[in-house]
Amino acid sequence: MQHMVKAVVLGLIVLAAAVATNFARDLSYQVHAVIIILVAGYLFTREIGKIGNAPVPAETGYMDGVIRAGVIATVFWGITGFLVGVWIAFQLAYPSLNLSELTQGYLNFGRLRPLHTSAVIFAFGGNALIATSFYVVQRTSAARLFGGNLAWFVFWGYQLFIVLAATGYVLGATQSKEYAEPEWYVDIWLTIVWVAYLVVFAGTIYKRKEPHIFVANWFYLAFILTIAMLHIINNLSMPVSIFGSKSVSVFAGVQDAMVQWWYGHNAVGFFLTAGFLGMMYYFVPKQAERPIYSYKLSIVHFWALIFLYIWAGPHHLLYTALPDWAQTLGMVMSIILWMPSWGGMINGLMTLSGAWDKLRTDPVLRIMVISIAFYGMSTFEGPMMAIKAVNSLSHYTDWTIGHVHSGALGWNGMITFGAIYFLAPRLWNRKGLYSTKLVNYHFWLATIGIVIYASSMWVSGIMEGLMWREVDAQGFLVNSFADTVAAKFPLLVIRGVGGLFYLTGALIMAYNIRMTIIGAGNAKPKEAAPATVPAE
Amino acid sequence: MAKKPEKKEVETTGHIWDGIEEYNNPLPRWWLTTTYLTIIWGIGYIILYPAIPLPGGATPGVLGYSSRAEVQKDIDEVNERNAPLVERVNQLELAAIASDEEVGGFAINGGEAVFKTFCAQCHGSGAAGSPGYPNLADDEWLWGGTIEDIYETISVGIRDEANYDTRISQMPAFGADELLGKEEISTLVSYVGSLSGINGAGAAEAAAGEQLYLESCAACHGDNGEGDSFGGAPNLTDAIWLYGSDVAALTETISNSRFGVMPAWSGRLSESQIRQASVYIHALGGGE
Repeated sequence: MQHMVKAVVLGLIVLAAAVATNFARDLSYQVHAVIIILVAGYLFTREIGKIGNAPVPAETGYMDGVIRAGVIATVFWGITGFLVGVWIAFQLAYPSLNLSELTQGYLNFGRLRPLHTSAVIFAFGGNALIATSFYVVQRTSAARLFGGNLAWFVFWGYQLFIVLAATGYVLGATQSKEYAEPEWYVDIWLTIVWVAYLVVFAGTIYKRKEPHIFVANWFYLAFILTIAMLHIINNLSMPVSIFGSKSVSVFAGVQDAMVQWWYGHNAVGFFLTAGFLGMMYYFVPKQAERPIYSYKLSIVHFWALIFLYIWAGPHHLLYTALPDWAQTLGMVMSIILWMPSWGGMINGLMTLSGAWDKLRTDPVLRIMVISIAFYGMSTFEGPMMAIKAVNSLSHYTDWTIGHVHSGALGWNGMITFGAIYFLAPRLWNRKGLYSTKLVNYHFWLATIGIVIYASSMWVSGIMEGLMWREVDAQGFLVNSFADTVAAKFPLLVIRGVGGLFYLTGALIMAYNIRMTIIGAGNAKPKEAAPATVPAE
Repeated sequence: MAKKPEKKEVETTGHIWDGIEEYNNPLPRWWLTTTYLTIIWGIGYIILYPAIPLPGGATPGVLGYSSRAEVQKDIDEVNERNAPLVERVNQLELAAIASDEEVGGFAINGGEAVFKTFCAQCHGSGAAGSPGYPNLADDEWLWGGTIEDIYETISVGIRDEANYDTRISQMPAFGADELLGKEEISTLVSYVGSLSGINGAGAAEAAAGEQLYLESCAACHGDNGEGDSFGGAPNLTDAIWLYGSDVAALTETISNSRFGVMPAWSGRLSESQIRQASVYIHALGGGE
């Protein structure tokens, strides 16, 4: 009966999508409707095949299949995102790589850039957060994921969101809001998936067997809740037609800019900071086999971080049409945010006290520690760049790009790599990783890549800022914009090389994880079955 | 746990999740102190600068700061300092500005800044142009190369519909408007190419083209093809070609015509800025 209902619903979705394909007003909407026909059609035939089957008995123990899929998706999207990143980095240095003649502009920088940012933040980072949160919440609540196959809906629904977003960018559907480019129907779909995610996560916490909620789960929950709020408000818009991708934001002018950066900065704050701190609070103590340094610090810095981050958005709009009072508050809150951010760094690094010797022998722990170091560096750099005097030099320059990447590559990327190396042997029940030597190579390639990247962008950004503001004795501008672009050329090439290092490291990781999964080398299967019963 | 906490023994909170414990360490003193310091600084900053939105406007702050006033102060300072120079630039004859001891250098530098900000997007930062955008550093001038001509062109633009006085000329689209057949256009292309000697057209074909040229083109480009900068008709006898000189480009030009547009800058730039830009462009090397 259940299969019958599902089949009917899916059949209706196929029909609706077919109608949408017919009346589509633009290419990306049409392509998306076809994608939905294919996906829903496949699921429809699957449900038809299941009609009449005896109901499958509910499984017990931890639900790890969806996490295994999540780890693979994380690696896949990570490589995709890094590859596009390296490509567009070289497009900036060598514009002929836009291949405009060949691709008719579909693969030029303007379309690939949101593809890169969304692929690394939402596809790579998002899958890492969903997979690790499902792992952590089960282990630290001693409970199976709530909602049965809802977790699988979250996983596949999120992948569909990624595919719709990515194809939309290339085909030209964008609402031109940074990090919120997908159009209205993709936003609605993500909202549905995200609510399901919240239900699975909060439901698992609710049925936990532990008396207290583990610190990592506070951070994950804050991340899920706040992203839902940010996503819904920033994407409030009116579609021009039910059969077209274009929509018009309900906000206009400087209010629109303020809402956008309230969203944009808190995507950094809650997606890339709070969510990944959740990851750190579980995987670092596990890998180091040490207690977390300070419970008090974790509570105080959690609430301080949550309270302060939400105010910091205006620092993206200093010296713009935004009223001075909002600029002041944005700057002040950003600077007060410095120490609450560092609370996470202190708790992460000090957890290693008494285990520093492990850094010599354990490259996975080394990856986690360098990620915390980059976290500390970029959460110092951020407040500094939010100071109006510094921002007047750094804003719109490559310095911002360098700052973002020392955070994204150094903190988000590295802590994710650490978590993946931790998870792979445990999820596939292997004695260990295929090769720790390859982990070491990955560590060095990624670290050197980030250093090359960040330092070239610092030089480039400060040079750009100084050239833009340079005036002669009579107050005339000395440089044209084109002069600054020409001066940046060698640094853009060096930046691309840094990205290439980082990509190479990730490819080595992908190979290592694959070999671990198939059980080669040191990754022989364990004899005993994994402990699937929630442990105390 | 694998290891016991060493040295001074710190209590854990007693919670264990999946083997993870938590020490009950106090907040690091330096961390707490720095947090308080940033908060105190923040309160001070909020008192000094505009910060709290209230009905009827935000608190102005003790310093009375405003970012608009700050930038206006900078602009006023520069304007005040340069006011005598600007006045002199506006008073002098255009041709006399560059050699003026007092404001010659000022005008050249100012013109260069104007050029880099507003003109370089099309004409290139070295003013060498690109296909469709004239080179301003050579001695070929579509609309005249005296400093007065340049000043006029910048002020009124070229084919700028928004400007009543704009410079305008339009070559017919001989192909698109079916004024000439394909054969005739091809013949004409050969002839026009032969005028500058850069297209190796056959003598016979070129001769046949001369008649066509005299009928259709000479009215504007002149009998010899030397053009007319008063009407904006390009010289066809030199090696400088705005849209290219190969057969394909010439065929396109004759068949469909061209319609390059430059915006008028009067109203967007000050009188003095236009004068400075004229001086700078005239001095690039090609001014007449």
